Amino acid sequence: MIFKVFAKEELRSFFDTLASSNKVVGPVGIGKDRHGDTLFAFEDVDRFGDLRLDYTTTRLPAKRFFLPFRESMASFSLEKGDWKKDISYNIDRPHIFFGLHPCDINALNKLDKVLLGSAYPMPYYAVKRKNMFIIGIDCTPQPYCFCRSMGSDTALHGFDMFLTDLGDRYFVEILSDSAYNLLKNIRTSDPVEGDHVHYMKVVSEKTRKFVTRVDTTDLTKILDMEFQSDVWKQWGDRCLGCGTCANVCPTCYCYNVDESVDISLQRATKDKMLYSCTVIDFAQVAGGHNFRPERHSRLKYRYYHKHRGFVEAYEESLCVGCGRCGESCLAGITVPEVIASVRGEEV
Amino acid sequence: MDSGRQQSRTYLGVPLFRPRVGFFELSSCEGCQLQLLNNEATLLDFLSLVEVVNFREAMKERSEDYEIAFVEGSVTREDEIERLRKIRENAGILVAFGSCACFGGVNQLKNRFSLDWVKNEVYGNSPIKTDFVRPLEAVVKVDLKIFGCPVKKEEVEKIITHIALGQEVVHHKYPVCMECKANENVCLFDIGEPCLGPVTRGGCDSWCPTNRAGCWGCRGPAEDANLEQMEKIMKENGFSPDTILDRIECFGGFSVYAEKLRKDLGDSR
Ligand code: SF4
Ligand code: SF4
Ligand code: SF4
Ligand code: SF4
Ligand code: SF4
Repeated sequence: MIFKVFAKEELRSFFDTLASSNKVVGPVGIGKDRHGDTLFAFEDVDRFGDLRLDYTTTRLPAKRFFLPFRESMASFSLEKGDWKKDISYNIDRPHIFFGLHPCDINALNKLDKVLLGSAYPMPYYAVKRKNMFIIGIDCTPQPYCFCRSMGSDTALHGFDMFLTDLGDRYFVEILSDSAYNLLKNIRTSDPVEGDHVHYMKVVSEKTRKFVTRVDTTDLTKILDMEFQSDVWKQWGDRCLGCGTCANVCPTCYCYNVDESVDISLQRATKDKMLYSCTVIDFAQVAGGHNFRPERHSRLKYRYYHKHRGFVEAYEESLCVGCGRCGESCLAGITVPEVIASVRGEEV
Repeated sequence: MDSGRQQSRTYLGVPLFRPRVGFFELSSCEGCQLQLLNNEATLLDFLSLVEVVNFREAMKERSEDYEIAFVEGSVTREDEIERLRKIRENAGILVAFGSCACFGGVNQLKNRFSLDWVKNEVYGNSPIKTDFVRPLEAVVKVDLKIFGCPVKKEEVEKIITHIALGQEVVHHKYPVCMECKANENVCLFDIGEPCLGPVTRGGCDSWCPTNRAGCWGCRGPAEDANLEQMEKIMKENGFSPDTILDRIECFGGFSVYAEKLRKDLGDSR
């Protein structure tokens, strides 16, 4: 692993170098909420000044750029008695992600396991994922963040370079040759012992700021034991079945496919839309049978996929602890509270 | 509009069923029918899929010979009951077209008041026949509902295409929030506005929230809508019971729940 440091002013020219010939996506402010706090989102960014590298958590994750909410998988057209099929992976150039927090980088690594690592990789995701340059950046834990409990508070791979704010300079961890070569465009230097000390201080300060914890000890077993627990019913009574939790989750990848013929009868499209296991017809199969008609059973399975099934398959959970689902859930259903209740802890 | 006696279309070499359709309106604003005429780009395609034999909004000729009747509006008068029964007799398939036809729509708001008071308030002394507002299904059997105030033309076109191709028409069962998130909107609750999106049937592509206005539930309840929780959320977000009631009862889709809520409120007011 290669480490460098560079003065903060250099970041602007680094951005300009990248933005001159690439599409850059980064955190920006998109308005204020009713408490006067800034709402953040990942958007295309042209000017360095628009970036908000001090952002907390975006409401929606960056997945809209590699797992769009809606995406055309194929289109068909009838021409002169014959038909033609067009497939587009819906990306025309690489994306540069300028400032992803560790949770969101870890989310990509988890998505890779399913969407790239399975027997049938998903080309729509793969093409976008393979054409990314990721600049990670450290963050300040918010009251709802529990990434540390999920082992996602640091990213070990899945990025090109990672920035840590040392006050007047950035400490940068370099993982790819493209990052190494691109950094030649700005003035960097090798870190000295003082930088290492500073870095470690920043990291331990960050660690102390976590206020929310999730106890994952033996969680797969406990979930097994508590399958019939009453707490599921209680959470189910609150759940709206609105699907928001999966939509805002950086690791949820489920989707529905819809085939439709255009009213001209000359064209048809096959579209995918991200779906959620909490939605009423998620487990409805051909013939009409619904395996999970009740809200509590759907909500429960969301937790079983993330904290039990996925752990058994990949030895890690499908939750990075970003807290987005809880922040967006109008019914106030949060992962730390649900898990604590299943464990029989006071909530 | 010229219904045109075109040859039936084929799809992948198979001749299609080109139904004769009629459009009718009871008590309504005719906005739903207008939605259809609005889309000039696809109007011709629409007309090649169906043979329109009755459409007062767009043509002079009338015929009682149709297979599918799209009925807009709610039932508010005695003579409308007769007309509706007649349409039902003529049509193989009767479609409740828009929220007035499906649930009574905005019109049903008057059911809360005494008929005499309403008549007097709206029409003064002029003699007018008006009764309680009912959805079509209170009078005749309805085969298909197309929700929305107004209906969404893209959805209607999709349904027509499905009918022409002999495919099952399936409504979205999920609530508006699904589409709202797909449209990457900021949730209105985040900015302090009320919204019925979590309990309202999707399919409008989150029309109102995308335009920064909270949902009023015009498409009626989503399947498995959790209204008790919706009520709590509205309260927690500082909206008065009247704000909730106004929205819940606006289009008639949540009538059972609205009635309960109104009673609860009446008791506590
Ligand atoms: S847990 Fe919350 S966000 Fe998820 S479906 Fe239920 S109410 Fe919606
Ligand atoms: S389940 Fe919730 S906390 Fe976990 S990754 Fe998804 S949105 Fe973040
Ligand atoms: S099953 Fe549910 S929790 Fe799991 S990825 Fe799909 S939507 Fe997310
Ligand atoms: S604005 Fe309304 S529809 Fe959109 S997410 Fe919020 S509650 Fe749901
Ligand atoms: S958002 Fe609500 S009120 Fe607006 S069109 Fe959709 S269902 Fe109707």
